[in-house]
Amino acid sequence: MPVNRAHIGRAVRSSTPIEITRGDIRRFAAAIGDGNPLYLDADAARAKGYRDVLAPPTFLITVAGSTGPGLLSDPALGLNFSLVVHGQQGFTLHLPVCAGDVLESETRIDDVRDAGRNELICLITEFTSAGSPVATLTNTIVSRGTAAGAT
Amino acid sequence: MPTYDETDVGTELPEREFSITRLDLVRYAGASGDFNVIHWNERIARSVGLPDVIAHGMLTMATAARLVTDWVGDPAALETYDVRFSRPVVVPDDDLGATLVVSGRVVEKLGRGRVCIDLSASVAGAGVLTGARAIVRLSDGQG
Repeated sequence: MPVNRAHIGRAVRSSTPIEITRGDIRRFAAAIGDGNPLYLDADAARAKGYRDVLAPPTFLITVAGSTGPGLLSDPALGLNFSLVVHGQQGFTLHLPVCAGDVLESETRIDDVRDAGRNELICLITEFTSAGSPVATLTNTIVSRGTAAGAT
Repeated sequence: MPTYDETDVGTELPEREFSITRLDLVRYAGASGDFNVIHWNERIARSVGLPDVIAHGMLTMATAARLVTDWVGDPAALETYDVRFSRPVVVPDDDLGATLVVSGRVVEKLGRGRVCIDLSASVAGAGVLTGARAIVRLSDGQG
């Protein structure tokens, strides 16, 4: 069944501040097998001019979930998660993200469109810090076989 | 560390291999909060038509980024990074897992110290990312 396109343009803001911690960054760096000292050693990061340990470039995906799932799990959207795969991901990083940062985010459903038998759901998440842009994430998920007329 | 002046269109980022095992998927699931069952449950992965458990696309994306961040030195020099996931990375239940081969090449000098890098990532000769592209900021050589 096709995704409900009346949801295009809907947006959700993070309900609580998103606190970036050293532990979260350390755990993420370990999970991607990256021992860069700027992720792990606050002194090394400060020597490079950062406030504290730096987050790896794709780290914010782990907190994009603060807003995205609420939009996608709304039953009225009609998305079946077992049919979903990740199609595209983009990061535009305006400012470094460091441990101790407190961010806000807003995710919106930018578009839903057919691609053959599939549907593409395009999400945009904007991270800000005290109102200033920090990062923009674009995320396209593929809903397999749900386009109108697909059997 | 590469400088803008010394970097030309065609400059290669040396190819590297990264292994991705089942343990890596479990660890990434925990660190990222992405517990989608297709990344750890073979029974369910097969039931939805996948050949086996597959890696998180975001783990592949993060791993490929290391080619760029290790080359440039300062990870915060990465300004944009985009990929499309063209093929799943299947991770067998053995000690070797999947071997991700990543290479990169400078394709454009954008001015103001920025260069555009195209990445390619493959497993067993088959590409797993398309349109993988990063823009990084290099020092200008004058500090």
